[in-house]
Amino acid sequence: MCSQAVGLFAAELERQGISTVAIQLLRQVALRVRPPRALFVPFRHGYPLDAPDEPGRQTAVLEATLRMLEDPCLKPPALKDFPG
Amino acid sequence: MGDLSEFSLKVQLFLRAYRWRRIDPVPWTPLKKPLSECRVALVSSAGFVLPGQEPFDDKKRGGDSSFREIPGDAVVAALVDTHRSESFDHSGMRRDPNLALPIDRLRELTESGRIGQINQRHLSFMGSLTATGAFVRDTAPAAAKLLVEDSVNVALLVPV
Repeated sequence: MCSQAVGLFAAELERQGISTVAIQLLRQVALRVRPPRALFVPFRHGYPLDAPDEPGRQTAVLEATLRMLEDPCLKPPALKDFPG
Repeated sequence: MGDLSEFSLKVQLFLRAYRWRRIDPVPWTPLKKPLSECRVALVSSAGFVLPGQEPFDDKKRGGDSSFREIPGDAVVAALVDTHRSESFDHSGMRRDPNLALPIDRLRELTESGRIGQINQRHLSFMGSLTATGAFVRDTAPAAAKLLVEDSVNVALLVPV
């Protein structure tokens, strides 16, 4: 349910002019809800940035979201896999 | 990992039958300037609150669609998990809230120049929403308006 909620909020932010990337934990949900930009991560629920107390691994996920924002080829709805 | 099989059979059946809310049309705001010049906010659905803030209501039918503002300079270790779901392991984000609201990571990205600025506030929701009507109609527009007023360029959203 969390993936749906962040997807819906991402859509509202985009409507109001803010660029977004929503991390997604369930591919099926991302495909059905269709957030504007979504990064599917292969981690279990509760662990969206991979692991606690692992700054490098957490930053790697954030860096992947930033690269999506910089990709001029993406079209909505854009869904990419981490690590890609 | 990242699959329905990590849930109980009861939850799996619910999720398979649930009518997900489809975004249509899909809005799109391209990045308008380099990330090194952008103001960035975080949005988490982990149900985090700070001491003194009202916890999310774990009894509300359909889920609590309210949100909390988390100051940009908040101490990560002070965040309290009030997410109601028993369907996932909370221990990681309780040990290190950056796992679901990566405030410290964002600070590092600012210090390195990868992003421009951290917004003065981040937003915290409790994402366990099965009834999304009020969220889409009322909460989301009001919460988004705050970030627009802050001149936020980019928001990164993290579910749990």
